[in-house]
Amino acid sequence: MYEHDVIVVGAGGAGLRAAIGAHEAGADVAMVTKLHPVRSHTGAAEGGINAALREGDDWELHAYDTMKGSDYLGDAPAIETLAQDAPEDTITLEHWGMPFSREDDGTVSQRPFGGLSFPRTTYAGAETGHHLLHTMYEQVVKRGIQVYDEWYVMNLAVTDEPDPNDRTCHGVVAYDVQSGAVEGFKANKGVILATGGPGQAFDHTTNAVSCTGDGNAMAYRAGVPMEDMEFVQFHPTTLPSTGVLISEGVRGEGGILYNEGGERFMFEHGYANNDGELASRDVVSRAELTEVNEGRGIEDEYVHLDMRHLGSERILDRLENILHLAEDFEGVDGLVEPMPVKPGQHYEMGGIETDENGATCIDGLYAAGECACVSVHGANRLGGNALPELIVFGKRAGRHAAGDDLGEAEIETGYSEGVEEEDMELPITPGEAGIAETGATETDDVAADGSGQLSDPEGVLERTVTEERERVEYLMEKDDGIQHAEIRAKLQKAMTEDVNVFRTEAGLKRALQAIRECREAYRDVYVDDPSRTFNTDLQMTIETRNLIDVAETITLGALVRNEFRGAHWRQENQERDDENWLKHTLVSWNGGKPSIWYRPVILEGEDKTYEPKVRSY
Amino acid sequence: MSTQQQEPETDAEPEPESQETPTDQEMSGLSSPQQKRLQRKHEGAAERERAAAEDDLEGDTVHLKVFRFDPEVEGKQEPRFDDFHVPFERGMTVLDAVIYARDEFDSSLTFRHSCRQAICGSDAFFVNGRQRLGCKTQISELDQPVRVEPLPHQEVVKDLVVDMDHFYDQMHSVEPYFQQEDLPDGELEEQRQTRENREKVKMSTRCIWCGACMSSCNIAAGDNDYLGPAAINKAYRFAMDEREDEEIKEHRLRIVEQEHGVWRCQTQFSCTEVCPKDIPLTEHIQELKREAVKKNLKFW
Repeated sequence: MYEHDVIVVGAGGAGLRAAIGAHEAGADVAMVTKLHPVRSHTGAAEGGINAALREGDDWELHAYDTMKGSDYLGDAPAIETLAQDAPEDTITLEHWGMPFSREDDGTVSQRPFGGLSFPRTTYAGAETGHHLLHTMYEQVVKRGIQVYDEWYVMNLAVTDEPDPNDRTCHGVVAYDVQSGAVEGFKANKGVILATGGPGQAFDHTTNAVSCTGDGNAMAYRAGVPMEDMEFVQFHPTTLPSTGVLISEGVRGEGGILYNEGGERFMFEHGYANNDGELASRDVVSRAELTEVNEGRGIEDEYVHLDMRHLGSERILDRLENILHLAEDFEGVDGLVEPMPVKPGQHYEMGGIETDENGATCIDGLYAAGECACVSVHGANRLGGNALPELIVFGKRAGRHAAGDDLGEAEIETGYSEGVEEEDMELPITPGEAGIAETGATETDDVAADGSGQLSDPEGVLERTVTEERERVEYLMEKDDGIQHAEIRAKLQKAMTEDVNVFRTEAGLKRALQAIRECREAYRDVYVDDPSRTFNTDLQMTIETRNLIDVAETITLGALVRNEFRGAHWRQENQERDDENWLKHTLVSWNGGKPSIWYRPVILEGEDKTYEPKVRSY
Repeated sequence: MSTQQQEPETDAEPEPESQETPTDQEMSGLSSPQQKRLQRKHEGAAERERAAAEDDLEGDTVHLKVFRFDPEVEGKQEPRFDDFHVPFERGMTVLDAVIYARDEFDSSLTFRHSCRQAICGSDAFFVNGRQRLGCKTQISELDQPVRVEPLPHQEVVKDLVVDMDHFYDQMHSVEPYFQQEDLPDGELEEQRQTRENREKVKMSTRCIWCGACMSSCNIAAGDNDYLGPAAINKAYRFAMDEREDEEIKEHRLRIVEQEHGVWRCQTQFSCTEVCPKDIPLTEHIQELKREAVKKNLKFW
């Protein structure tokens, strides 16, 4: 057993910043990550960090833009915290040597980005995420923070009181990918989940193969609500064969989208008569898919993004990296031919419900970054707002977990009596054929008669270690059945087909059925590779279970929310419905039973109330 | 076990640009790394067009020969090559091909990979006798059968996975973190850096720690203590950053001019040739040598 004050799970931007924050607050902190930190997917972020640094800008403008961009589903205290903390936290990165792009006077550069009223996106070339990740890892090395790399966290060690709000997290159980050893990691002060997005629930995503929603699924099974999971951002320009992202910068510089007939469809088919290609991401993604669905796509799959008219000089100067990406990943030379693009899953706005200190309803359990939902992004994330979220809320979670007093949180967490419950009849019972048979209900049964309830930290951790060792043994010893790749492929296909840019009631119900079939198939899953050494077959098998749980919460949220808000579009009600839907969707296990419920969005800020307006640009 | 003894296939061995130490003039005469890279891309594209015309891969299968080893599984303890025949698709990379082989044929086939877009640095393999990132190597540019092996000169953990600990140790040994303590006091005040200086360190900051350079380096293969191109480049990234004070720079130069530091480099350019991010590693090492001389630091 390993023991530290604070355990951070995941070592991307949020995890690294959390670890540094906890370390600065005096805690003995360790990071446990299934990758080496520099492999984390934060490194793929291109755009930049929104922060109000300059004369003429202020945090209130940033907050306003973010609230509007969220389609009024962000919580004001979270958004205002982001906007207030981002400037200082961004300058801290500069003080740590991050190689930001520079102005003539030597100050850090900022550029305009979609949905911003001031050019406040602070950037380092088109590789801001790479530099952010490496700069923070360097600081982790400098501080001598312990990193357990290539250790895969399989579960959380949480007490089993009936009400999740009464539970405490005492650590995690992980297995050493190199040796296969399953061990407990005791956290005396707190566990911070920073595991990134669940993009692998879809088969066409800009996300890394390692983005499997592990933190979300573990927290969900432990009783923490998943918030606003239906809000998934689809980026309109990804390469068809790999999902590699082609930056919005191409359209920003004047790139044009064409359909098979060579029509500039954004205008010619009236999708966005003012902004054309530069309309917001959700609008362009829907337009592209409409073209394909109506038979005007190329090879029935994609459209063309053409930048040739910009001239090679301008392309080389500002978009060099795009040429490399198109060439390396699609075999297309962007200087001589248009690039094929289609919408791809890009970002999960929802996640583990936290307050503005990163705390969840379970004592000692925190979350930060894409896996968390504070909520800052609401129904739609603005470009340039993901990276400041990592550093602002990563730092806060780290400091709070280490014991720093950040003041009382204004955002409530956890299910409570009296919340508005959803009573729609669902085509499936959430969690059935999976979660229902492990963890959640079992612990409830134990707790129900008052016996066998464990609350001492070591006991909880040991029990979890034993359970996880048994799980590994079972998967390894089973000789036949179905393999994870088949289940994962089915899940990804169903999600991409029916929980995509366009959503219909029938399609969402179909997806829930498919997810149910994946759950059932998973009961028969086995690991073929008999080796304890670097068994990625085993790791991916466990990840696939996490993906199933997360996919279900996304689809449930999408089914119950019958309105069109931000990234979530519903055929049956193609308008934003503030009357009924200015509220967060929460899916959680309460006392061993799944439920869907709502919490009103907080529009009251420090000094003002944000009034929902039509979101037009 | 190690792949130390493996002979690279000679036909794919990159030609060293020069065995001599280039002078400054020769250095500056080289076109920029970006230009060279674009040049190579155009050559690659032309090559692919020819390949497509002569031998349409579409609908065909790709023949992979993949290195297999597992220290604890019977039949895999002796290294061997497995053959996989994978259906070709336009745009298919070496990584796509091994993923297909794993998901469809053998789930125990093991390799690191994550982002699929050449930024996480996980999937440097030895492909047809050369260090390359699997995710940014088009199958259509390679002769078949495509041989996929773990990086040479590192311990093999299993299949294509090598032990990276030594690489990380070397990276950490150059104090790879910004050390300036004297920072501006003003609220939200950043350190100033000229555009020129940012440009000077730009290429060095693009390193993704893939280890291709270290694996390709003959000196590193023979001297386990040699810092290696990536770590020296990391030192360069800070030593050349004007935001750090002169004395910190001197401290950094002392680290890299130690016995197993920059003076070991024989400017064979193999690291520069294989770097997937086009970092002019050899030039950076040369420049640090010159800086060390200028500072009158001890010669080894």
